[in-house]
Amino acid sequence: MSGLEQLYQQIIMDHSKSPHGYGLTEGDVTSHQRNPVCGDEVTLALRWSADGTRVEEVAWEGSGCSISQASASLFATLATLAAEDAEAGNAWTPDDLQAFIDEFREALRSRGQIPLDEERFGDAAALSGVSKFVARVKCAMLAWVAAEDLLTRKAAGS
Amino acid sequence: MTLSPAPYAGGVTEAAPFSSAELEHIRAQFPILRRDLHGHPLLYLDSAATAQKPSRVIEAEATFYREANAAVHRGAHTLAGEATELYEDARGTVARFLAVNDDEVIFTSNATEGLNLIAYAIGNASLGRGGAAAAPYALREGDEIVVTELEHHANLIPWQELAARTGATLRFIPVDDSGAIDVDAATGVIGARTRILAVSHVSNVTGAHSPLETLVPLARAAGALVVLDACQSAPHLPLRPRELDVDVAVFSGHKLYGPTGIGVLYGRAELLNALPPFLTGGSMITTVTMEGAEYLPAPQRFEPGTPRIAQAIGLAEAIRFVDELGFDRIAATEHQLGARLLAGLAELPGIRVLGAGIDAPRVALASVVVDGVHAHDAGQVLDNVGIAARVGHHCAQPLHRRLGVTASLRVSAGVHTTADEIDQAVAAIAGVRHFFGLTGENA
Ligand SMILES: Cc1ncc(COP(=O)(O)O)c(C=O)c1O
Repeated sequence: MSGLEQLYQQIIMDHSKSPHGYGLTEGDVTSHQRNPVCGDEVTLALRWSADGTRVEEVAWEGSGCSISQASASLFATLATLAAEDAEAGNAWTPDDLQAFIDEFREALRSRGQIPLDEERFGDAAALSGVSKFVARVKCAMLAWVAAEDLLTRKAAGS
Repeated sequence: MTLSPAPYAGGVTEAAPFSSAELEHIRAQFPILRRDLHGHPLLYLDSAATAQKPSRVIEAEATFYREANAAVHRGAHTLAGEATELYEDARGTVARFLAVNDDEVIFTSNATEGLNLIAYAIGNASLGRGGAAAAPYALREGDEIVVTELEHHANLIPWQELAARTGATLRFIPVDDSGAIDVDAATGVIGARTRILAVSHVSNVTGAHSPLETLVPLARAAGALVVLDACQSAPHLPLRPRELDVDVAVFSGHKLYGPTGIGVLYGRAELLNALPPFLTGGSMITTVTMEGAEYLPAPQRFEPGTPRIAQAIGLAEAIRFVDELGFDRIAATEHQLGARLLAGLAELPGIRVLGAGIDAPRVALASVVVDGVHAHDAGQVLDNVGIAARVGHHCAQPLHRRLGVTASLRVSAGVHTTADEIDQAVAAIAGVRHFFGLTGENA
């Protein structure tokens, strides 16, 4: 696979064309993130369980390059899969989510040294290829940074 | 030092384009062109963002550090004298390049600083600084500053801020649906209240020459100052502020094959000497007491602190480089490249070129939107075959918004660009939609 094909894997192309988790509703608490270099935008919401301890759903809207949009879609898919597994207790707690964000960031900033763990990240592991393209890391991080911002705000009680 | 100011030639000249042997000789002077990218020879089509440097510019800067480095305008030792002379020679070279007087040339760090310098000097005049001499330039409520809708943020935000500080109103001349300045609308915008017209000479997004022949007389009739952002013209056309009848012109050295960290502000002598300074400190004063200071005339008035000595010397070398190539020949060559680029792009399905049609005068630059593909993704496909092109809004968000897009892909030529490179870029752009699985007119 050429570098370009590693970057634009079929999974990424598919998610950018038919995104998952797309569509916010009124009342969502959102975080809006922009990449000022190219104008990519993602507005994302974490929908929590009634007791506020688990992520039930990730919803988002945005516009921009295929990497930024596919990454948001893959992130939403990953959260949904964990939540569907809720009976096994796998829906994300704030700590789980933070762990995913940290691992994702570490892999993406590794310049191709650390691949995303396919066991944990599922289809989102296709984003590993982005880490060799330093100029695109910020695009892939947008949705994850939005989630982190929401976590920080939640912890601060706002 | 031989600098023969040629008359303003517009975009098209009678001179012959560079022959392939000449182009090869020019290319050999740019060491970076020997680099490769992902197994392909570097194909640099981002000169509008920053130009590559010929060896002689790199050497001129290094030689200064190796052989003559000293602070200028300070101290009396021999080295300081030599450095001062080299620095002032560089100013003279720029002055002859622009066909203006030496003391009308201010070295700045880039065009952005030049535009802020003039905006802040006018702002300071508006606060009453500079006394009676500066008073005619003071802005107050009801006064208007006029820009165009296609300006680079560097020629927009300083004026937004100046308007906010003084109570003046910022207005703009709109662009039409293609992205060309709407000349007819200009008469409704520039009027009796206009005090400043700030406009670019050539757009960094469309490459189009601005209709200065209409805008400047309108501003003159209104008694307004004219500030020209010449960033994208200085590398491609002879720049003659006096013939263009502008009061101020700025450009960046790094886009003119010179070093980073150096720019130029030309200002009419009477204007510069009437305005109060922007940045203040050492090397710009006559007498200083604990209560206040008196300022030297331009250029020192606007060059406080230790200046960019090596960079100015590097810029002068870059100017000698383009001058020896000859602007008539540079313009003739780039005119052909531009026509080839536009004609090639016009053939491609699903590609929109921003700006007026193929016949409008422009430099060899084009920004395109690929139907169904974000500019960032398109640029990645070009990068993969060694083509360095710019993606994004090119610091012109309002223009992109007006044209209904957030970003575009820009290719821009320099003196080392060949027709073959233009063809390769067009072919790579043609391949973008294919790579993303799109075909036909409206996928
Ligand atoms: C038209 C125009 N104006 C202003 C600038 C600002 O130049 P600099 O960033 O070198 O200050 C640029 C380049 O980025 C430009 O293209």
